[in-house]
Amino acid sequence: MRARRINSALGGAAVLALALTACGTADVGGTGSGDDNGDGGDTITIGVKYDQPGLGLDEGGTPVGFDVDVATYIAEELGYSADQIEWTEAASANRESFLQQGTVDMIAATYSITDERRDVVDFAGPYYVAQQDILTQAGDSDINGPDDLEGKVLCSASGSRSAHNITEDMGIDAELREAGNYSECLELLNNGTVDAVTTDNTILAGFAAQNPDDFRMVNNPFGEERYGVGLPAGSTERCEEINEAITKMWEDGSATEYLNSAFGETDFAFEESTPELDACA
Amino acid sequence: MSAQTVLFDVPGPRARVRNTLYTVLTVFLALIGTAVLYLGFNRTLSERESPLFSAQTWAVNPQGQWAADKWEPFLRPDTWTGYVIPGLQNTLTAALTASVLAVVFGLVFGVGRLSEHWWIRVPSGAIVEFFRGIPLLMLIFFTMALPIVAWQLFDIPTGTFQVSALVAVVTGLTLYNGSVLAEVFRAGINAVPPGQGEAAQSIGMTRTQTLWTILIPQAVTSMMPAIVAQLVVLLKDSALGYIIAFPELLRSFTLIATRESNVIPAAIICALIYIVINVSLSRVAIWLERRNSGRGRSSARPAAANGAPAPVREGAGGLPTPSGTAAEPGVGDTATESRTEEEPGDGDDPGPGKGPGGSGT
Amino acid sequence: MEAFLSNIDRVVDGFSWTVRLTLFSALFSFILGILLTAMRVSPVPLLRGLSTTYVEGVRNTPLTLVLLFCGLGLNSALGLSLADSVALDVFWWGVIGLSAYTACFVSESLRSGINTIPLGQVEAARSLGLTFTQNLRLIVIPQALRTVVGPLGSVLIALTKNTTVASVAGLGVQEASREMKLMFDQGVAPVLPTFVGFAIGFLILTLPMGYFFGWLSKRVAVVR
Repeated sequence: MRARRINSALGGAAVLALALTACGTADVGGTGSGDDNGDGGDTITIGVKYDQPGLGLDEGGTPVGFDVDVATYIAEELGYSADQIEWTEAASANRESFLQQGTVDMIAATYSITDERRDVVDFAGPYYVAQQDILTQAGDSDINGPDDLEGKVLCSASGSRSAHNITEDMGIDAELREAGNYSECLELLNNGTVDAVTTDNTILAGFAAQNPDDFRMVNNPFGEERYGVGLPAGSTERCEEINEAITKMWEDGSATEYLNSAFGETDFAFEESTPELDACA
Repeated sequence: MSAQTVLFDVPGPRARVRNTLYTVLTVFLALIGTAVLYLGFNRTLSERESPLFSAQTWAVNPQGQWAADKWEPFLRPDTWTGYVIPGLQNTLTAALTASVLAVVFGLVFGVGRLSEHWWIRVPSGAIVEFFRGIPLLMLIFFTMALPIVAWQLFDIPTGTFQVSALVAVVTGLTLYNGSVLAEVFRAGINAVPPGQGEAAQSIGMTRTQTLWTILIPQAVTSMMPAIVAQLVVLLKDSALGYIIAFPELLRSFTLIATRESNVIPAAIICALIYIVINVSLSRVAIWLERRNSGRGRSSARPAAANGAPAPVREGAGGLPTPSGTAAEPGVGDTATESRTEEEPGDGDDPGPGKGPGGSGT
Repeated sequence: MEAFLSNIDRVVDGFSWTVRLTLFSALFSFILGILLTAMRVSPVPLLRGLSTTYVEGVRNTPLTLVLLFCGLGLNSALGLSLADSVALDVFWWGVIGLSAYTACFVSESLRSGINTIPLGQVEAARSLGLTFTQNLRLIVIPQALRTVVGPLGSVLIALTKNTTVASVAGLGVQEASREMKLMFDQGVAPVLPTFVGFAIGFLILTLPMGYFFGWLSKRVAVVR
């Protein structure tokens, strides 16, 4: 009977929908996280950015960048070899919940240590102290600091505080053009639609490294963003292990090496001294 | 044949000259437009060093968007396996899940609006009108913010549950398109001649039985083209997931564009993929419409529920337009609306039939 | 709710941009839509082809992508600027993108309206010696417009809601939904009242439109 056919078709479709949702989200450029590699040993799941050149950018299957190198080093110090690491994309919005739900074991994804975040997650590190800086076109020599942005057009990614730091907190009268993300900003800067892009200098340098001849870092940094390794709340012991690993990473020169390989081609004057570590809670 | 010659006579010598003139003019304008786009994206329009009509200006600029290495990524298999296909998979997952849920939502609330009990009818109507009247993007933002709402209202600590981007997209698409479909179903049920329902009841069927065995099957069949048209809207709207970093097709292409700095090639190929999918879906809608009209005995004629831009009335003979079948659902996104906006004359529901509807993005 | 009401000026400012986006886009998309329809039924095959390609292409592309193309492609890569200040520049590009997209739906509605005009009328007009343009202007378009008042109303309502996309896709127009997202993120007011407040704002815009066009379509309906 037709009615029954339609009803059962609907039922079947509902089952299909549930099955589809259960499959979850396909990894764009990911390594198929979530399932074990089947090598028998323990694995560690680490959340990094997948869309941040120089820090964590997906390169056809595995992420690469400074954050990724740091995370690999730390994991090795914790006793995991590189092939025991499972990478997962940790977008800014879901970092806390990933840690709280145990989706990941740790996060190294331009994750600034703040008091608000410390209420819900633990931090080891910082492994690097980034600062806010400005990126301009290579030929632009007018802009040498935030004060020069008066009357210029500044790009900010939507939801970011960086541009407001300049226009509101510093009271500089720059026009804002809002873009969806920083790669859109770089596109706008490259075309001369905006005069400058501002955010963490590491992020800027990562983009600049893709086309080192087109962009110039102002290297007049202000403020500070202390990148920590995010851990689930109550991981004091692991936090201490990670802090040791971070200290060792800076002492044996690995950190500088990583920074060099990520940003060496740019004029970004990155920090070369060991950051001052916070005590583990 | 007649399709082209309805609005004008067979061109005589002067008209032919005029038409040729128009053609030449159009070609000229189109060439200028294409040239501006070509040179602009070639970066030789505004910042060129050579005169406009020199080979250097027109050669493919390696810095511009037409350079071969900007397109080369799309020839590499890993671009497709690493980005495009997973993105497409996510788009289809979100769209399919939301389609099914939206149909269920639409049936529940479409039927709910026709209920005899006011305490079902009124809330159903309110829900449908509410979700039809507000932008999809707001629904997605709000769904994403639900953990904060739970914290602010019920002191549930943030992080107790999270709303993934997929859930937010699917929820938004379901609520919005489900409300539109509810109106489609309602119009479809209303379009079934009342005699059928009366006949069913006179042979002792309950109202529920009548609804599920007589009315809904006919409504679904007659409204199939409108339903498919709405599903095309839904699929296209899933691209809004890009905004909340749901890794769907459009976001895959922005990731490619970030990596290869080839915005324009990425945008063009992305658009082509969407167009191919949506055009094929629309073809399904047209095929369904034809199949339906061929059957001829469907008593719930969509035209009856349609009112305004009805497909050609039987026998009356309308103006066929080029490329369109007369019975084509025609208005794409708005097909749904045209069907729902106008109440059939015998609609017994006093509720407002003309709420805010409309296609999504 | 008090926290939301104390920010009412931001809400009103957001909606003022929404309304402006809607009005200008509605105007331009209506004009472009009529033009596309006229091209689609014109005697010149090339114009018909162009119109069909445009409508089928843009209609099946997500609006987000259309606006990204306007913002990153035309505005930025081509360096076409429409106003001196950034806010107005992105606004006008938003209007262009929305108009280009909405015009397809206007055109499709009009075409389906033309379909309802009995063949005999047009043939009669031609036998009186009316040219194509006269036929279109005096016989076809006036009747087609009347039949599609309802669908055009739906297109307008969809447009109103679609203006929200202009806040994100490479443009960042300061319209209502962006204001809402900012208020969520900055925590100036609890989320639920903010959402309800903005939802009511949109309903105030869209519900009367729906009723008005419903009333109008009945009033101007062509009786056959």
